[in-house]
Amino acid sequence: MSVTTEQVEGRVVETLASFGPDQSQITRAATFEELDIDSLDLVELAQVVEDEYGVVLKGEDMKELKTVGDAIDLIVERAE
Amino acid sequence: MGSLPDRRKVVVTGVGAVTPLGVGAETLHDRWVAGDVGISDGAGWCRGFDAKEFLSIKEVRRLDRFSQFALVASGEAVGQAGWDGEPPYDPLRVGCVMATGIGGQDTVETQLDVLRDRGAKMVSPLGIPQYMPNAATAAVTMKHGLQGQSYGVVSACASGAHAVGSALRMIQYGDADAVVCGGSEATLTKFAFASFTAMQALSPTGISRPFDARRDGFVMGEGSGVLVLEEAEAAAARGATVLAEIAGYGSTTDAHHLTAPEPTGGPASRAIELAIRDAGAQSADVDYINAHGTSTQLNDAAETAAIKLALGDHAKRIPVSSTKSTVGHLLGAAGAVEAVATVRTLLTGVIGPTLGYEVPDPELDLDYVPGEARPLIGGNGHPPLAISNSFAFGGHNVALAVRGAPR
Repeated sequence: MSVTTEQVEGRVVETLASFGPDQSQITRAATFEELDIDSLDLVELAQVVEDEYGVVLKGEDMKELKTVGDAIDLIVERAE
Repeated sequence: MGSLPDRRKVVVTGVGAVTPLGVGAETLHDRWVAGDVGISDGAGWCRGFDAKEFLSIKEVRRLDRFSQFALVASGEAVGQAGWDGEPPYDPLRVGCVMATGIGGQDTVETQLDVLRDRGAKMVSPLGIPQYMPNAATAAVTMKHGLQGQSYGVVSACASGAHAVGSALRMIQYGDADAVVCGGSEATLTKFAFASFTAMQALSPTGISRPFDARRDGFVMGEGSGVLVLEEAEAAAARGATVLAEIAGYGSTTDAHHLTAPEPTGGPASRAIELAIRDAGAQSADVDYINAHGTSTQLNDAAETAAIKLALGDHAKRIPVSSTKSTVGHLLGAAGAVEAVATVRTLLTGVIGPTLGYEVPDPELDLDYVPGEARPLIGGNGHPPLAISNSFAFGGHNVALAVRGAPR
């Protein structure tokens, strides 16, 4: 299955925005801490990603993620 | 037995409510007194309530409706208490006790649909933290920075009153200097309607008319009531306005039947007696009773018996009215909402009527305040004393004694 970085970025930003932070704050460089995105939010993000792209993100994968860009890159990499 | 000499006095410094009559404790009491009924289409819905008006996106997403109600009601209560963004005491000395009968029922049903339709992997990680019965307590502590003792209380329709009683004891015995307490419920779901209907507990006519001969069951409602309790001297030292005193608390159990009240009213009357004694008062000192008054045949008969057993001849001399006639039965929130209504009654000196009460039941012979609101008379120069009753499926009985603030 092939997905573009832009597609993943769009989906991730949209999902994170639904969790509370303002869409304009959600840049690749933004950290989850800054965005007040916690572990429960990341589990929900992982469910969306699995549902959409078939990419399974485990707890240990999520722990390494610091920024929005980290998450997008990991999803794109796994989807290839 | 008897009251212990060294217990601390506990006052109410803030109240808040979300009910079918709207958001606000004043709204609840003012509209009740005006004769408004918040029930439509068979239930007391908080139709006008929009969580997004009061809470952040994150709070709305993470909280079941019962916790949203609690958070909004608690915001009003701490605001009235003058807690400016944080408690006026060491946060580790400020507790929280919030009750619910059932918890996040809507979340349970939604996530069961997800499990059935989309599989276990898609069940939300927010499911448990939303539907656990202590979710509202947790949300209120986080919102207001309360780090003392906190927990949820569950005793069906007596839950809210148990929360207030537990909070009272927590302060009286020095475990906390202030406690935010109350109850919330949001179970107006198809499944809950089906469950209560199967028990034949709900009114088939959808009319809440407690103590009336035609009463045919309770009308379910949703909402929350919250009170801020503070140790009296600490409240005075910071210049807080005292709304009322939670003067006494009594609680017993029927040990009789899962849902039917013990018909003689014996254990329930004992709860009323204990609350009066706990307040250092006599039955003749009681000026008003805010009844549990569910509009079921059994409760209203057993409660009337209990009041007469507890108060003797004095029972017929005082007004007894039911807040459920205006908002329906808010289950685990009921005791807290009715405690809020009782505080407003003492504060305003106006007793809300038992709406819909028109045809007396020959067996039930107290003054149920038919028709319209009336002035609260009593006190004999002292602040007036009210009793708020709560009785539950499971046989749990609670009475709170609430004393008006000195004028």
